[in-house]
Parts: sequence; C-alpha cells; structure tokens
Amino acid sequence: MGATALRNGPSPVPAPIDSIVEVRGISKTYGNVEALRSIDLDFPRGKLTSLLGPSGCGKTTLLKIIAGLIRADGGTVAINGKHVTAPGAERAFVFQDFALMPWATVMRNVAFGLELRGTNKAEREEIARRYIAEVGLAGFEDKYPHQLSGGMRQRVGLARALSVDADVLLLDEPFSAVDEQNRRKFQEDLIRLRTNQNKTFIFVTHSIEEAVYISDRIVLLSPRPGRVSQIIEPEIDRSGDPERIHRDRHYLDTVEEIWQGLKQYVE
Amino acid sequence: MTLFGYRVPMMASLLVWCVVWEIVGRLDLVFLLPPFSDVLVAAVSLVQTPSWQIATVTTLRAFAMGMALSILVGVPLGILMGRVKIADDLLGMWVNIFSSAPLSAIVPVLMILFGFGEKTIVAAVFLFAIWIIVLDTRAGVRHISPSLVEMARSYGASRPALYTKIILWAALPEILAGIRLGLIRGVKGVVIGQLLVAIVGYGALFETFSRNFRMAEFWALTIILFAFALLIAELIERAEAKVEYYAGARQ
Repeated sequence: MGATALRNGPSPVPAPIDSIVEVRGISKTYGNVEALRSIDLDFPRGKLTSLLGPSGCGKTTLLKIIAGLIRADGGTVAINGKHVTAPGAERAFVFQDFALMPWATVMRNVAFGLELRGTNKAEREEIARRYIAEVGLAGFEDKYPHQLSGGMRQRVGLARALSVDADVLLLDEPFSAVDEQNRRKFQEDLIRLRTNQNKTFIFVTHSIEEAVYISDRIVLLSPRPGRVSQIIEPEIDRSGDPERIHRDRHYLDTVEEIWQGLKQYVE
Repeated sequence: MTLFGYRVPMMASLLVWCVVWEIVGRLDLVFLLPPFSDVLVAAVSLVQTPSWQIATVTTLRAFAMGMALSILVGVPLGILMGRVKIADDLLGMWVNIFSSAPLSAIVPVLMILFGFGEKTIVAAVFLFAIWIIVLDTRAGVRHISPSLVEMARSYGASRPALYTKIILWAALPEILAGIRLGLIRGVKGVVIGQLLVAIVGYGALFETFSRNFRMAEFWALTIILFAFALLIAELIERAEAKVEYYAGARQ
C-alpha cells in the first residue's frame, strides 16, 4: 500500500514492542445499543494514536473507559501493565467542551489537578505558570475563562492536563469547539508539544485530515457496534515546517484512502 | 422610563404615587388613609420610640435565625435532591407542595408546637423561606455541566472535594437566586408569624396601631417593613450580579 502500512482488523493486532495502554476485550452496551464490541488495542508509548470514526462508533466511549470515567461491561484496561477501572494520576483528560471552572482564573484552572492532589499553593502555581507559558498563554494567568476565546480556553484545558505530569494524555475531540484558524494553529502546536514532551497521546477525532495530520497511528472504528476496522500508520515526516505536511503526498494519499474506507458508513 | 424625551429615573414614578397619596389623604375620604406627609412624620417619631427599637431587634433576630436555619438546611437538601435520585423521588413531592401551599394556615399549628414566643416566629420564617431555596439549589445542581463533574473525577477529586470545589460553586448563581427569593418569603413569614402570635415584635406593634386606629403609624411601620424587604433583596441581587458573569459562561 505504498508508503502507508496497513493492517486489516478485526483480528488481534500484533502488540507493539512497548505499549503503555493495553485494552483487552472491552465491550459496552447502552440499553439495547451496542456501543463497543470486544475491542483489543495497544497504544505504543510516546506515540500519538488517534481513534477515528463516524459518529456512533463509540470512540469517545472507548476513551472514557480508558480514562476510568465510564465502566465497561466487559474486558480490561491496563496502564503500564496495571489494571485500572477508575481515574488515576498516570492519565489526564482534555475535554471537548474544555470543562473549565468559570469562577476560577486561568492559573487556578491549570493548577486544579495539582490542587486536588494536595500540592501546596506556591509549588503548584510555579508548575502551572510553566505550562501556561508552554501552551502560549503567558500573561493570561489572572484572566477568567469567559474572557478568553474558544481556542485559548482549550489551551487552558491542555495546560491543566500537562501540569499533572501524567504519562498518558487523553484528548476527546479537543478542537471540535474551536474555530478553524485556531484549530490549525493548535494542531501545529500539538505536533511541537509531542516532540518536546515525552508523553503518550490518545486522541479522539472525527476529522480524517486532523487524524492524518497529527497521528503516528490511526485506529479506525466502525459503527454499530463499535469495532476496530483498521489500523493505519501514516509515514509522514513531521520534523520540518508543519505547514508543509498539508501538501505532503503521503498525507493526501492517506486522507483519501481513509475516506474511501469510511464512505460506506455515511448516508 | 422617558417622558417628553427626557429620561426620568425610576424613583420619579414613586414620587408621583406619593403625591397622589398625599392628595387623597388631604381630601379626607377614608380615615384609613392619612396624608403621606403625616405618615412620614409618624415614621420619624416611630423610629425614636423604645417600643419600635425593641420590636425591630426582636424581629430582626427572629428573621436572621430563621433565614440562617433555612439556608443551612435548604442548600444541602437541594444539593442532595439534585444529585441523588432516590432523595429527589422521596422529597420532591413534599417540597413542591410546601413551596406553593398557603403556609399561613400552618402558623397556628406552629404556635401549638413552639409556644407564644420567638421560637414560633423563627419556625415561621424557616417554613416560608426554605422551600424555594431547596428548589432553586436543586435546579442549579441539575444544570451543572456533566463534563465539569467528569473533570473533577478524572483529576482525582474525592467526594468532599467534588462537592465543595465544584458542585457548590457551579450551582452558586441558582443558590443565590433561591436565597434572594427565600429572604422575601422570610419577611412574609416573620410578619405573619408575629401577627398571629401578636405579642412579640412588629406583630404586637401592628396589633396596637390597628386596634387603636393609629393609621399614620400603621402605614409608617408597613413602609419601613417594605423598605427593609426591598433593601435585602437588592443586596442579594448585587451579590448575584457579581457571580452572574459566570452563570452565562456555563452550558
């Protein structure tokens, strides 16, 4: 398949050498809707993996099960080899609607994860200040969320997730409530961030372009019931100018290929 | 309000009504309505009497105690009903009945329970004020965005932390609105309670004035009471305006 390594599921995918998150046989049913059916997945350490699929494929449900926010009906999730069923310090979540506390400043919002862990004020504000700068919001520490644009709000959400120093960052369609220009900038920043921070990212999106643009690995889910239909590893060189990726031939080919695969689910 | 292109402040309309009152009073049509100026004179002398001062202290204390009690019980009860379905199913019906029931009818029963004293007045304030506080708090808790609760859980919030750091704050605009409405109902409770008990505070004064046809003083006391109710409602509204900026930011 040219530059793109394709493995056809749903048969179990051979485990990568070092996987930080292992999902085994996860299933979930809401009422009589089967959201997920026996999902087996491995998420390699230090990589950005996207969960991509049409609406109703259970990608957000899967992410929230990994986060420990939703209980699965069956199957297990292991982080660093340890089974988890509840949220934990090794995972941090970035929410689609930002989930910022409107009554708290940017500083307190970013430091909130540390506040809940009992880190003292001086220390957590120092850490928070560093990550506020890291996401490009230096100078906005004392502003309130309603004084920020959508894009800036999500940067606060990202800084909060970074400041707790989790190994795994779980991002639930983080850019879907952000306008187009900000989204492009944000995606570029995420690529840069990924190289700076030695973290594993699990990223839920419904945008094919976004998934191909930022991901090391794309897990395609098919809907009703949600199942792994394909795993794609786009071989795109992201070292240079992020702008260039949009014109990269591999990028364009992969987007087209995924679109052809997903077309059947679109009415 | 604008008049002939000029902006007229709200108080101006009040002034018009005062003038109307004065004229009707001067016409001496009904003895129940003395001229407004007489009422003002009566008010000035009334506030200097020890009986008014003592009655005010008694009334304020009973009001403050009843309100404190209804906030301390009402807010946690509303949060419980907003978060726990069983509690909501069990209590919802009663809270709704009590919030719209003619509570004045129950005050005599309170008198039997608590005697002819301050306790009955406090109980009356509590009974009048608490239900709207419970209902508004419940509504506020119900409207908290689920992702805010998920956020707290995902960052490891303990149960107490979830309530004190997220739920209470996120529902604060509605809680304050409930308290504001509760305060106004509480004023009603304190007056009705005192009128029925009739031997304490403003109730005793009202009783004395109306029985002896001292209408100027009667109206003066009424106006003082109205002014007090409006003043505290205004104060709470100020506090609400401070938190309103984030009420709109919530989804």
